[in-house]
Amino acid sequence: MDSHQILEHIPRLRRYARALLGDRYAADDLVQDTLERAWNKFHLWRPGSDLRAWLFTIMHNVFVNQVRSKRSEIEKTMEELPVVAVRATQSDSLEIADVERALRALPDEQREVLILVAIEEMTYDEVSRALAIPIGTVMSRLSRARERMRRLIAGVQPAVLFKVVK
Amino acid sequence: MTHLLEDDLQAFVDDVLDEARRGEVEAYLAQRPEEAARLHAYRAQDAALRALFDPVLAEPVPAALAARPAARRWRPVALAASVLFAGVAIGWIARGSVAPLPQAAASLARSAAIAHAVYSPEVRHPVEVGADQQDHLVKWLSKRLGTDLRLPKLATLGYDLVGGRLLSGSQGPVAQFMYQDAKGQRLTLYVSTQKGEGRDTAFRFSQEDKVSVFYWIDRNYGYALSGEIKRDALLALATAVYQQLSP
Repeated sequence: MDSHQILEHIPRLRRYARALLGDRYAADDLVQDTLERAWNKFHLWRPGSDLRAWLFTIMHNVFVNQVRSKRSEIEKTMEELPVVAVRATQSDSLEIADVERALRALPDEQREVLILVAIEEMTYDEVSRALAIPIGTVMSRLSRARERMRRLIAGVQPAVLFKVVK
Repeated sequence: MTHLLEDDLQAFVDDVLDEARRGEVEAYLAQRPEEAARLHAYRAQDAALRALFDPVLAEPVPAALAARPAARRWRPVALAASVLFAGVAIGWIARGSVAPLPQAAASLARSAAIAHAVYSPEVRHPVEVGADQQDHLVKWLSKRLGTDLRLPKLATLGYDLVGGRLLSGSQGPVAQFMYQDAKGQRLTLYVSTQKGEGRDTAFRFSQEDKVSVFYWIDRNYGYALSGEIKRDALLALATAVYQQLSP
């Protein structure tokens, strides 16, 4: 097998994991678990098919199985809590810290889609395949993620979002 | 104008609409400044996310991640479920057979843990030769152990070298290298000769009281990395050590 091909994707996998988890060490653990699985299952990858998509699918699965299952219910509850208004209007120049905080506040499944579209610049179809969800679900999660981010950054009380989220 | 869907607006944000559709969206937005502001905000936050995380691409990849199993004498190993959950690259490390644990290997872990417990709490004299004399340290201990020792670098994982010392083991001289992170947490790498053992072992874990130890035997030398840290964290470090010491 040609592991060089996998190596090329490590920086992207790290970027995705970092955006997903925030913490540098937790992110690299996720990458390591993903690579371990990828190496063990490399014989299942069809040469010529999209290796990046395959690796991101593995990372998604590892994330779902290991990370999400460990997250406490408390943390999930926290995500649903209203956000205190920080300021009334949204300016064009976004505070990076606000953006990161808003990203953390997204539910996992929305954060995954937003990262893959906005940062990884995957097509909707690629996201659909990587996460094994219908394209309609990709679009609705993307729309919710962006709107929730916008409101969190603007400091809007996400009262309406409760309806949207569920 | 055909009816616009939210999906079209999202696709507009991502700039993936065909020209005709994009024109329709633009015409729509010209009439709806609030909607235009909303989509503008989406683009701005997407750009902020890229600004936030794109620098990760330029970071050097940690050695532990860049290890290529194909370059090693790797073969798939049935992974214990618990180890897999700990989330680690054991498969390519465990190149030995699952033979009964050699006596020497078990005592290696024990000796390493004891040496760790003895020297790691030392405040004034944790090592004999400090990191400032690293070249001398490596030459000296290499000579005593009769092999070219290499000093693993763990700085990317947050641990810097403190220094090292010579110890006496049951089978001869032993080198102990000490590392420390920013919080003062210490790790020790114990390298001993394993005369007559001759058999490599898999990567193994042992818990000796509070001290966690990962250890392995490789061509007549025993290696053990000890620390009072969680198993997962120690395994990441031990993996990096292993990779750097293996040719």
